[in-house]
Amino acid sequence: MNPKLSNRIAITTLYVIASLIVLILAALLGYIIISGLPALSWHFLTSPARAFTSGGGIGIQLFNSFYLLILTMLISFPIALGAGIFLNEYAKQNWVTSLVRTSIEILSSLPSVVVGLFGFLIFVVRFNFGFSILSGAFALTFFNLPLLTRSIEEALAAVPDEQREGGLALGLSKWETVTHIIVPAALPTILTGVILSAGRIFGEAAALIFTAGQSAPALDFGDWNPFNISSPLNPMRPAETLAVHIWKINSEGIMPDAKAISSGASAVLVISVLAFNLLARFIGRRLFKRFTAG
Amino acid sequence: MNSKLQKQLLKRSKAAKIERLGKGVSFLALMLIVLTVFAIIIFVTSKGLSTFFSNHVNVIDFLTGKNWNPNVTNAKGQPEVGALPMITGSFVVTILSALLATPFAIGTAIFMTEISPQRGARILQPVTELLVGIPSVVYGFIGLTVVVPAVRAVFGGSGFGILSGTFVLFVMILPTVTSMSVDALHSVPRYYREAALALGATQWQTIYKVVLRAATPGMLTAIVFGMARAFGEALAVQMVIGNAALLPTSLVSPASTLTSVLTTGIGNTVMGSMQNNALWSLALVLLIMSLIFNLIIRLIGRRGAITK
Amino acid sequence: MRKSRWIEGLLLVGLIILGGWAYQTRQVNHSNMTITAVGSTALQPLVEAAGEDYSTQHLGTFINVQGGGSGTGLSQVQEGAVDIGNADVFAEEQNGINANRLKDHRVAVVGITPIVNRTAGVHRLTSAQLIGIFTGKVLNWSQVGGRNQKIVILNRAQGSGTRATFERYGLEGHRSLAAQEQDSSGMVRQIVATTPGAISYVGFSYVDKTVQAVSLNGVKPTNQNVTNNRWPIWSYEHMYTGQKPQPLATEFIHYIQSKKIQNTLVRRLGYISMADMKVARNGQGQIHKVVKGHE
Repeated sequence: MNPKLSNRIAITTLYVIASLIVLILAALLGYIIISGLPALSWHFLTSPARAFTSGGGIGIQLFNSFYLLILTMLISFPIALGAGIFLNEYAKQNWVTSLVRTSIEILSSLPSVVVGLFGFLIFVVRFNFGFSILSGAFALTFFNLPLLTRSIEEALAAVPDEQREGGLALGLSKWETVTHIIVPAALPTILTGVILSAGRIFGEAAALIFTAGQSAPALDFGDWNPFNISSPLNPMRPAETLAVHIWKINSEGIMPDAKAISSGASAVLVISVLAFNLLARFIGRRLFKRFTAG
Repeated sequence: MNSKLQKQLLKRSKAAKIERLGKGVSFLALMLIVLTVFAIIIFVTSKGLSTFFSNHVNVIDFLTGKNWNPNVTNAKGQPEVGALPMITGSFVVTILSALLATPFAIGTAIFMTEISPQRGARILQPVTELLVGIPSVVYGFIGLTVVVPAVRAVFGGSGFGILSGTFVLFVMILPTVTSMSVDALHSVPRYYREAALALGATQWQTIYKVVLRAATPGMLTAIVFGMARAFGEALAVQMVIGNAALLPTSLVSPASTLTSVLTTGIGNTVMGSMQNNALWSLALVLLIMSLIFNLIIRLIGRRGAITK
Repeated sequence: MRKSRWIEGLLLVGLIILGGWAYQTRQVNHSNMTITAVGSTALQPLVEAAGEDYSTQHLGTFINVQGGGSGTGLSQVQEGAVDIGNADVFAEEQNGINANRLKDHRVAVVGITPIVNRTAGVHRLTSAQLIGIFTGKVLNWSQVGGRNQKIVILNRAQGSGTRATFERYGLEGHRSLAAQEQDSSGMVRQIVATTPGAISYVGFSYVDKTVQAVSLNGVKPTNQNVTNNRWPIWSYEHMYTGQKPQPLATEFIHYIQSKKIQNTLVRRLGYISMADMKVARNGQGQIHKVVKGHE
């Protein structure tokens, strides 16, 4: 076959694959959003859930999901960033590094229920945090670290070596080069990794059932003192997230409108991830401009 | 006078101090991860091994037995804990979904980086990122309402089985594999492409002979991560695979995976009892199998990589 | 550089002051009157709803209710990690539990019925037929008076209370053959509703018009028939505590067992009230009549 023809065929195939993917994804998203749309209303988004009568909402669960996401990111991002920097910039390429990488990778194949149970035994029982947002955030950190570390490392590796040489040539130390040149240059890719893991955190249920719990006690949104049990900010209160709520009403829910709530909540979840995605992109672009003086 | 100057010259500069601090902090972060990883691995291993040491189940029986009934003792007076059906189920469903997802993911990744980066960034990337955020439960439900009836109508059977599991997992691991492949392709230096094109290679030849080769290790990692996700996925697979501890006779007969049995059983057993330990043994098998996967892929990767 | 350090420092000091102030003004009475109940997901809605009621009546108390499964509930209450373990099985029936160390409190009764896909065309079965189906001797619905359709068996997960009860009283002690499994009532109902030829079993409150409940030996699965044991497939919902429970835990369980909750919440959630039962059953499965005014 002549190269031109094979080139044509290959490029066409790639077009077909890409459009097929878009089609599958669009169908999936369309399905979720369209089946959830009828349930959406202001009332649904703000009112608390009901155990066995219809008309319940997802207000508390929605708040919990965001709060848990922010807490988890606050804990896991610095650790993952540090580890990613060390793995990519400082670690020698030997068997120890390779062992570390492998163990991180196999951790990501453990089912999240195992991570959840581990978190339950360590944080809920041993450290006596109880079923709380804090326990949930630590469990999710375990669950999140492998993928986040890996994607940050990849992002740093993708920055060309000329940038490092440039930094060192200017008399910067290695650490200064990394923090002032490499990390800002890798920021958009790092951000993609953060968004991906944020999506996973948002949708995770199994790891939270045993840690953050599956009940959402009523919150008093006028009380922002984090030491009060009914305050939304209290990290020691049990907190059912949106994904756990969807799981719960699908498995044992006996409210008459369980199906509508579940599809409505799924749609909200997807829309939240979308909103989060857009916001992160916007912030990322601003940061990129500031750091690169572009 | 001289010694003062010496002191001054030998003193660490501020930058050197920060350097040490930074290196130390990032090392600590890595150690923290390594510690937690090892803590979890040790935890699972000790729990998983107690089936064999404190409950005296034969390892060979465990790996090759076909009956999973931890509450029942067999003729030899040992509990029926044969994990072969689950091991087979996990293995088959993971391999199949990775086989199905890899061409799609890599094709999409090439499209996004090499052929139409603009459309890639504007349409494909946000969509793949969104897909990651869909909870497993929702995937499971779509699988149950769309995939299972479709498989039943086309291939017969009850619709529950490995085939349905494969289709659901395919969509679930697609975003992970795609976005990590994109990162791998992005990290191939520009001048590789320019050099190939300058030599008169067509776009496809450049992609196939240069870019893909250079990105092989990164893409293998992407596939490993995808397989790892498929391997560890529980809620969605459990809804569509039928979750029956039987050796699959065909792609449409009900089967089960290690994770699905683990997840359904763990809440119903008591910590420390034999039934509970047997479930942890499944987790241990999972860990070991993903280690083996990992090693195989690394070996392939080392062979295919372009050495710098 | 210097300026931003200043701002950072100020922010930190501000945060500490704010935190201290918040700590000083917290509501103190809330912190120590908390009990935790963990276990059966089936029982969770009842305990949760009752807990909310209880907290609004007894200010300053907080009942933390979580799921996790009967096994988790029993093992955690045995280890003293939680105050109450919710379970749908007798502690004696659960492997690895020393029932003598726990105190049983029965709070409700749940009836369990076989359900089949509507297209199977079956409304009634005998015990022998039901056992035949679940042990693999009957493979097609036409053998038991239904349409010509293959039977698809769907079990609850091994170790689930519902499955234990069903095998013990519905299959008269026979074990079901290995088949598809799901670990929640909602999933079971959904799959039976959409899979032609499917059969499974759920608590009465999960039966709706998407599935067909089956009468057994001519007895309909109704609450009435459970109260006098004419419908034999039923079980208690238990709330286990340690031998020396916290006063609040005892008080809360008494609250759930009180007439008020038994007549309102218990019924509305589809359970059978303890007060209605004309018979009682012990962990060995023996039935005896309840003398009125007792228990």
